[in-house]
Amino acid sequence: MRLINRRPNAGAGRILALLPFIVVLGAYLVGSAARLAENPNDKLLPSLSSLGAALQRMAFSTDPRTGDILMLVDTEASLYRLAAALAIAVAIGLVLGIAIGLLPYFRAGLGAFVAVVSMVPPLALLPILFITMGLGEASKIALIVIGVAPCLVRDVALRVGDLPPQQMIKAQTLGASTWQIVLRVVLPQTLPRLIDSLRLQIGPAWLFLIAAEAIASESGLGYRIFLVRRYLAMDVILTYVIWITLLAFLMDRGLALLQRRAFPWFAAARATG
Amino acid sequence: MATALAFSFAGSADAAPKKDFKLAWSIYVGWMPWQWAAEQRIVKKWADKYGISIDVVQVNDYVESINQYTAGGFDAVTLTNMDGLSIPAAGGIDTTALLVGDFSNGNDAVILKDKTALADIKGQKVNLVEFSVSHYLLARALASIGLTERDLSVVSTSDADMVAAWATPEVTAVVTWNPLVAEIIATPGANKVFDSSQIPGEIIDLTAVNTETLKDNPAFGKALAGAWYETMAIMSSDTPEGKAAREAMGKASGTDLAGYEAQLKATRMFFKPDEAAAFAKSPEIGATMDHVRSFLFDHGLLGNGADSADVVGIELADGKVLGDTGNVKFRFTDAYMADAAAGKL
Repeated sequence: MRLINRRPNAGAGRILALLPFIVVLGAYLVGSAARLAENPNDKLLPSLSSLGAALQRMAFSTDPRTGDILMLVDTEASLYRLAAALAIAVAIGLVLGIAIGLLPYFRAGLGAFVAVVSMVPPLALLPILFITMGLGEASKIALIVIGVAPCLVRDVALRVGDLPPQQMIKAQTLGASTWQIVLRVVLPQTLPRLIDSLRLQIGPAWLFLIAAEAIASESGLGYRIFLVRRYLAMDVILTYVIWITLLAFLMDRGLALLQRRAFPWFAAARATG
Repeated sequence: MATALAFSFAGSADAAPKKDFKLAWSIYVGWMPWQWAAEQRIVKKWADKYGISIDVVQVNDYVESINQYTAGGFDAVTLTNMDGLSIPAAGGIDTTALLVGDFSNGNDAVILKDKTALADIKGQKVNLVEFSVSHYLLARALASIGLTERDLSVVSTSDADMVAAWATPEVTAVVTWNPLVAEIIATPGANKVFDSSQIPGEIIDLTAVNTETLKDNPAFGKALAGAWYETMAIMSSDTPEGKAAREAMGKASGTDLAGYEAQLKATRMFFKPDEAAAFAKSPEIGATMDHVRSFLFDHGLLGNGADSADVVGIELADGKVLGDTGNVKFRFTDAYMADAAAGKL
């Protein structure tokens, strides 16, 4: 039997899925034990128990200086920034994307501009953002929007352009106006694809969030990581990295679930297509 | 018991004599001499004398240089007394302050916009590099007028963005260091309300060495001390050669001769090894380190499960220990500076 036709059964599949995690964890534990054997106060690769202690300290007890639960405060601040920025970026992506994809005048006027703007590295704009919008929330949210929105616009425009022209013609022969075509033909088919695109942008969105928080902040997951980096508190950093990964993973799963529930036809089409 | 055995074993494994050493330094008025000494081959001259080699490496990011040293990538590093205690020492890397280069005597400052008294800082947002010597200076400034950090809020801001941040309307108070202080003070409305000359001798700039490495290779310490004080003698001299050295150091730190000399004025450099040795041995160091360790402990910077400021022992030059005598990780010594003063290198 050819290799491409061999499939693991359910149990083997699960073990194979776990295997890379176990390998990485094992490599970490070996490295950590070796370093700790040499220097019990080593900060670079903390033991699992000191990661647990860091989690306990950050997530389940109050900070003696401020009386806050730091991880909760940080998570709230970061998720607020992320949610606000993604909401704005999705709105921009949807409106401009459909306009550029569907309306020749918009495509002529904005298509090239968006294509160029999407090539500007957002992090290079950060100093300008801080000077024009200040060090507060606005510039952090703006950075994420600038980073994410052009990709969403371009992706939505491409998807709209991919819609079969027969649909547009059929809708027009049935007497639909442009606005009705947008609402009844384009939008329902674009939304699930927008969710796909958004899922791919969650990683970059976190990157921009953390970069913005590294520069000036009072709270946030990225802020804390750069703060404790000052004294090499890898126990806190690793705990936060795992937490951020988990949050990003849950956001991804949440969007996938939303897509399946809200647009069941799309998943069915993808499965057969 | 097992860890103790493993530790002593690792310790003895490290004890193999070395020939090649690495020193990390970053840009600061008091550390610029290292680069100049390397370029002028003064470091090489002294290393050759002891039959070793010393690689002087500039690290762009100060904290990164300390982290690299703590991780074992360097044998020596330039840092402040406070960062020496909170990063390598709290991380279990036994570190010796080989050379006391200078202390900040006005280089670090609290600056307010449109306000002239330190007490006006109450209720403001203060932008600074959190947990740095700026933060320490702020804590000492507040203590001097009976305020605490609860009377204001601290906004962590990268030093790279401090000047740009000052230009925005919402930033009204900053704590930072030179050359940023000079740049900010030059803008209208900026008032220096407290600086490190009001806590002289507390923010100390050191060249620190891994204690284990130093114990097994005293030649490394001797070569560093020899190169350092030869450089100090040249740069402090009122000769064309001295001026050229200062000019080169100023250029390398992004300013010019005048700018560099202005920074030197706010820095108490120990050009002479006997002065440095006397300062390292003075009782003030013990009092300073006591302030520093309680600041670090209050801010949770002495590592995991530190239940008091005593958790990391600090050995002073006279052999007295602050804190846990069983966990001495930060040491002051005047030995190498005294040798340099006595011409025994």
